[in-house]
Amino acid sequence: MTAPSRRHVVIGAGLAAGLLALPRLARATPELRDAAMQELTGGAPVKDGRVRLTIPGVAENGLSVYTTVAVDSPMTAADHVRAIHILSEQNPIARLFTARLGPRSGIARVSTNIRLAASQNVTALAEMSDGSFWQDRKLVVVTIAACIDGG
Amino acid sequence: MPAKLLIGVLGAALLAAGAAPADPLPSGTSFLSDELRTLEADAASNPGMLWVDEGERLWSTRAGAANRSCADCHGAAESAMRGVAARYPAVDAARGDLLNLEGRINRCRTTHQRAEPLAYETDALLGLTAFVARQSLGLPMQVETGGAAAPFYAAGEAAFQRRQGQLNLSCAQCHRDNAGRSLRGDVISYGLGAGYPAYRLEWQTLGSLHRRLRSCAFGVRANQRDYGSAEYLALELYLAARAEGVAIQAPAIRR
Amino acid sequence: MLAQARVAMPATARPGDIIEIKALIRHPMETGYRVDARGQPIPRHIVRRFAAVYGGTEIFRMEMTQGVAANPFIAFHTVATETGEIVFVWEDDLGATTEVRKTIEVV
Repeated sequence: MTAPSRRHVVIGAGLAAGLLALPRLARATPELRDAAMQELTGGAPVKDGRVRLTIPGVAENGLSVYTTVAVDSPMTAADHVRAIHILSEQNPIARLFTARLGPRSGIARVSTNIRLAASQNVTALAEMSDGSFWQDRKLVVVTIAACIDGG
Repeated sequence: MPAKLLIGVLGAALLAAGAAPADPLPSGTSFLSDELRTLEADAASNPGMLWVDEGERLWSTRAGAANRSCADCHGAAESAMRGVAARYPAVDAARGDLLNLEGRINRCRTTHQRAEPLAYETDALLGLTAFVARQSLGLPMQVETGGAAAPFYAAGEAAFQRRQGQLNLSCAQCHRDNAGRSLRGDVISYGLGAGYPAYRLEWQTLGSLHRRLRSCAFGVRANQRDYGSAEYLALELYLAARAEGVAIQAPAIRR
Repeated sequence: MLAQARVAMPATARPGDIIEIKALIRHPMETGYRVDARGQPIPRHIVRRFAAVYGGTEIFRMEMTQGVAANPFIAFHTVATETGEIVFVWEDDLGATTEVRKTIEVV
C-alpha cells in the first residue's frame, strides 16, 4: 500500500476539522472511507449484521437519495445504539452524517436524504453502548451525479 | 325483452360509452420510484410543503397600497381556492387574455392589492402558487378549451406538435409518441404538468412549469421563451387539457 | 431566523409509546464545490447540526455535512415520556439557528 499523498492527508484532516475549500474537487476512495471508519471505531473490529441499510439500488438522482438505517437493539440504558454513521467511498467527504441516539429513542431507526457523487458502496456504521461496532453496506448505482452540477 | 327495446337499450349504452371521457393519462407521479412516490404523498416528508407553508403565510399577509391580504377578499383558502387549480389556465373574462395560476395571482396583486407583481421563481410566487394548487389536491384537472379559450388551445396544440431546436424535436415526439420508453436512464412521461409547481431533485428547489418548459427547450437546444410568455401559456393550457381527469398532486416531486 | 421549517409528530401519546418525528427544513446545503456563472466558487453554507430536546433532555442529534441533501428531511423516533414541549433546533455553519417548538400530551 502506497503512503497517503499530501492531498489525502489534507482530506483526512478535513474530516475532523470540517471542510476545507479544495481548489480542485477531490474524492474519497474506499481507502479513505476505511480510514474514516478507523477514526470512528478507534481500531475496534467492525462486525456485519444487526444493521439494516435501506437505500435504492438505483438512485434516480444523486442529489437526493432517500436512506433509512435501522439497527436491531433493545435501546435500553444497558444496551443501546449510541450513534449511526453513514459513509461514502466516492463523495468528497467520507462521513456524510452521524445520528446520535440513546435509550430515549425507543427504536434505532433514522431516515434522511443524502447526496451521492457517483455510483458507490454506501456504508452504515452503528456504534453500540458496549463499545462494539456493526455495519451494513449497499451498492447504489447513481444515474445523475450530485456534487458537481451546472446549477 | 322485446327486440326493439333491447336494440334501444344497447344503442343508448353504446352512445353513453362513446360520450364518456377516455381514461386519464398517467401523471408524472406514476413514473417515480416507490421511494419518491412515498415521499411525495407524505406532507411531512415532501419538501414542496415548505413552499406551501410560505404561501399560507403570505395568504394572510397584507400587501400593496390597498393594504389587503388574499384572505381579506377570499377568506379561508381551503374553501375559496378549492377547485381553482383544476380549471387553470383560464381566460380572464375582463381582459380576454389567458392566465395561469401565477398570472391570476399577479392579476389580483396588481388590481386588488395594488402591489407589484411577483416574479417567476421567487419564493413568494412559488409559495402562493403551491399553496393555491394544494387546495385542489386530488381533484381532477378540467380546463375549458372552447369559447374564448379556443384560440389559445389551438396555439398550444400547434406548439406541442412543432419541431424545435437543433435537435429538431417536438414535445409530441417524446411525450405522445414515446411516452413510457427509456431515454438514457430515465423513462419518458406524458409531460402533463399536473404536479406543478414541483420540487425537482435536479433543481434542489421548487419550480414552476415554465421553468420546466425552459429546461425542455434547453434539452433540445431550442431558444428558451420567457417566463410567462404567450407561447408557454398557450402550451400550458394544451397540457392541462391533455391532463383532463388527472388528479392534481401539487407540489409533486420530480427528478 | 435561518429558514422555514416544519415538524410533524403526534399531538398525543400514551406513556411509553414510541413516536416517529419527521422534520424538514428549507436550506440549500450549498456544498462549496460549485462555481457560479462567472466561475467564482459559491461558498459553503450548510446545516451542521440538528437537535431535539424533550423536557430539557436532548433525545436526538444529527451532525451533517455536505453529504446531506438540500432541504434536509430527517425522521427519527423517541419515547413519549411526559406531557411537555419538544424543541427542535437547526444550526448552520454561519452560526444561525432555526427553532420549532411542538407540544405533546402524554396521557
